[in-house]
Amino acid sequence: MTEKKHFWNEYQKEIADDNYFYERSCIRQSFFPGSETAFLNILRNELGLTIIDDPNQHTCTGIGYHSDVVPFDTTMTICARLFSLMTDKELTNFVPSCVTSFGIFTEVIETWAQFPEELEKTRQFLRKATGREFKVPENIAHPSDIIYKYRKELKKKMKYQLVNCHTGKPLKVVEHIGCHYAKIFSKHSVGGAEFPQVLAGMIEEWGGQVIDYPERRHCCGFGFRQYLVMANRGYSVANTKKKFESMEPYKPDFVLTNCPGCTMFMDRWQYTIAEMEGKTYDEQQMGIPVLTYEELTGLLLGYNPWDLGFQVHQVQVEPLLDKLGIKYDLKDKFTGVTGKYLGEPEKPEYLKVCYE
Amino acid sequence: MNDKHVIIIGGGPAGIEAANYLANNGIKITLFEKDEHPGGNIKNWAKLFPDFGDASVVRKEITDKLKHENIKFINNTKIERLYQENNHWVALTDNEKYYGDIVLLATGFEVFDAKRKEELGYGIYDNVITSVDFENMYKSGKMLTNEGKIPDSIAFLNCVGSRDEKVGNHYCSRVCCITAVKQAIEFKELVPDAQAYCFYMDMRMAGQFYEELYRKSQEKYGVNYIRGRISEAAVTMDNRIQIKAEDTLSALPMKMTVDILVLMVGIESSESTAKISTDNNIVGPYGFAKSKSLFGMDNLTEKPGLFLAGTCKRPLTLPETIADGRSAAVEIMNYLKS
Amino acid sequence: MKNWGFNISKPRVIDWDSADTSEYAKIIEKVPSAQRCLMCGACAATCSASNHVDFNFRNCHLKYRRGQFEGLAEELDKCMLCGKCKLVCPRGVNTRAIIYNMRIFINNLDYKNIEQ
Repeated sequence: MTEKKHFWNEYQKEIADDNYFYERSCIRQSFFPGSETAFLNILRNELGLTIIDDPNQHTCTGIGYHSDVVPFDTTMTICARLFSLMTDKELTNFVPSCVTSFGIFTEVIETWAQFPEELEKTRQFLRKATGREFKVPENIAHPSDIIYKYRKELKKKMKYQLVNCHTGKPLKVVEHIGCHYAKIFSKHSVGGAEFPQVLAGMIEEWGGQVIDYPERRHCCGFGFRQYLVMANRGYSVANTKKKFESMEPYKPDFVLTNCPGCTMFMDRWQYTIAEMEGKTYDEQQMGIPVLTYEELTGLLLGYNPWDLGFQVHQVQVEPLLDKLGIKYDLKDKFTGVTGKYLGEPEKPEYLKVCYE
Repeated sequence: MNDKHVIIIGGGPAGIEAANYLANNGIKITLFEKDEHPGGNIKNWAKLFPDFGDASVVRKEITDKLKHENIKFINNTKIERLYQENNHWVALTDNEKYYGDIVLLATGFEVFDAKRKEELGYGIYDNVITSVDFENMYKSGKMLTNEGKIPDSIAFLNCVGSRDEKVGNHYCSRVCCITAVKQAIEFKELVPDAQAYCFYMDMRMAGQFYEELYRKSQEKYGVNYIRGRISEAAVTMDNRIQIKAEDTLSALPMKMTVDILVLMVGIESSESTAKISTDNNIVGPYGFAKSKSLFGMDNLTEKPGLFLAGTCKRPLTLPETIADGRSAAVEIMNYLKS
Repeated sequence: MKNWGFNISKPRVIDWDSADTSEYAKIIEKVPSAQRCLMCGACAATCSASNHVDFNFRNCHLKYRRGQFEGLAEELDKCMLCGKCKLVCPRGVNTRAIIYNMRIFINNLDYKNIEQ
């Protein structure tokens, strides 16, 4: 980021400081299993905050709604049920793990604010379906907002910084914000819609350097309906490819994202593009590692990389760990929690990996 | 009538023309100007459309008219408040009160602050400049990028801060289209081998000789006109600007990398115009001052004794502003005689 | 290379940086009035041929300017050189000469041996 001032640079939104109700993502736990657990650990153990992880929670129907499979009335009612779970725990600060969920909740709450009759209708639907009542949350924050808010406090506890331990230079980081975080309601984004600060602030605070490349604001291409139907997938992948082609000359050390779909896309499609076209975007033919913000925070705090779930990443993270000076044991990579050996994944033909 | 005292707020073309006319007719004028030098926004330009007249010559011709025994010129002074008391007007500066029988508001305009359009990168990327910045560079005679090299290409984007819902200015600023054509020609004169592109929503050539200049820019200077609004500017590795526009005529998105991007910033009411108009209940849309009627009463307001001249009312060209200054003076004379 | 049942879509953005605008420079040399064109569409509106076949002169001219030559040779063949376009152009562009020359250049014909 240049030193020049962005007009929205100072824009800060209200982020609640404690007593959160956590809503997990549908798909994140499959693709990046360590992230959500790491987030809960960081908030509870490092920052001493209260965050409730209710076992009765469920989807927000974001995937269904954006694929035109679930109507908006249903989505509003399902969201209301989640709010009623939050109300049961006497909390008012809602924290959805997924950026699409964040978009859904802000959209639903904005609809209720502008059309109060919709809120009444939803209350009736929920009552009839489940007998539950709910309060509208006072604050909705994305977990990346919370990490951003406490980035200075976390820095004090960090064992590592975003600096290449061999050269001493800051690491070059590409940050990618999920579309539904800032592009629907720019007022809900730290730093506005064009240059959101939430991930850039973290990177800069922790010693890294943010890369501003031409296709920075471009969508990763997830698109729900486009990606879910295989015949359309080429269109989705083309968008991620466009981003990688644009960032390639800057030689980034890793990509940081805050949305489950984006992280999955940026990570998995490097494999797809490598196997389909024989092209990778770094010099070692291993791909550019893609991290979630929870994984990054946990890593810098000194958590074990395998506890954070890096073994499941498509693009190997080991080169980045080497740059950061983090020690890891390759023998433990594919060992389960109980110590049982789980076996390695199949080796790709073109994309290089660290295991045999 | 000769014992009446007129206060003129604003030492731009409108204010000075009015002052000069009234002074020649024996009226005493006190003219306030917030800057050090009079002349208003003319100082931003090197050449004036449509015939490339020398702006500094025109400026001197206008500002020389201040030299009159009946005009008291007070510079570096901003009027903080203007109000009516009994039968006269009171103009308050930081530490003094001035009294007048009649006030002429000629507080002019300011250009739009392009930093508000974050997606275009002004104030963020070095090689994104406004039309005012461009004209200053042209004055120096050296057309160079921020890195000091001669540009291969330049893009002009029309309607920045005008005709834009997002910044709240729905109106057209009138003068930017012709300025873009003029500046594209100025650019090609300094760097003939480079490419110049003008991105427009419309080409509004509504003045005498404007259309001819547009034609000349295409024929003689080879300026490229592309119908499509640049929506996004990003920076490349070598600090050039990548722009995205739609080539509406072929219905395809287009991207291009240029060395310099010039934003044609529109006209907004100046801070003084907005404040003084609001304080005196004569404010119109967008903070401009509202005249009593467009047809025959365009220098009068709803407040007797308070007159308007120039771009404090709406975007105007320089010839129109000068004429409006004289028209306001005639109205003031008529008012004094009645 | 693997095939998973889909192709990665190719970009359809006009990339001006890699467009070939040198061909259009040849047209301008032969028909200087072409530079005056402001794409108003009066030519395409009055065109005899476009009433019956898929031919749009304004669009052909635009594509040529942008260096997009795909399918242009076939489209330009449909012009009957009737001259109606030239009559209505408000900028006095010699549209007929533009088509004539485009056909020559796009088919790589030897210009010197053709009578004007």
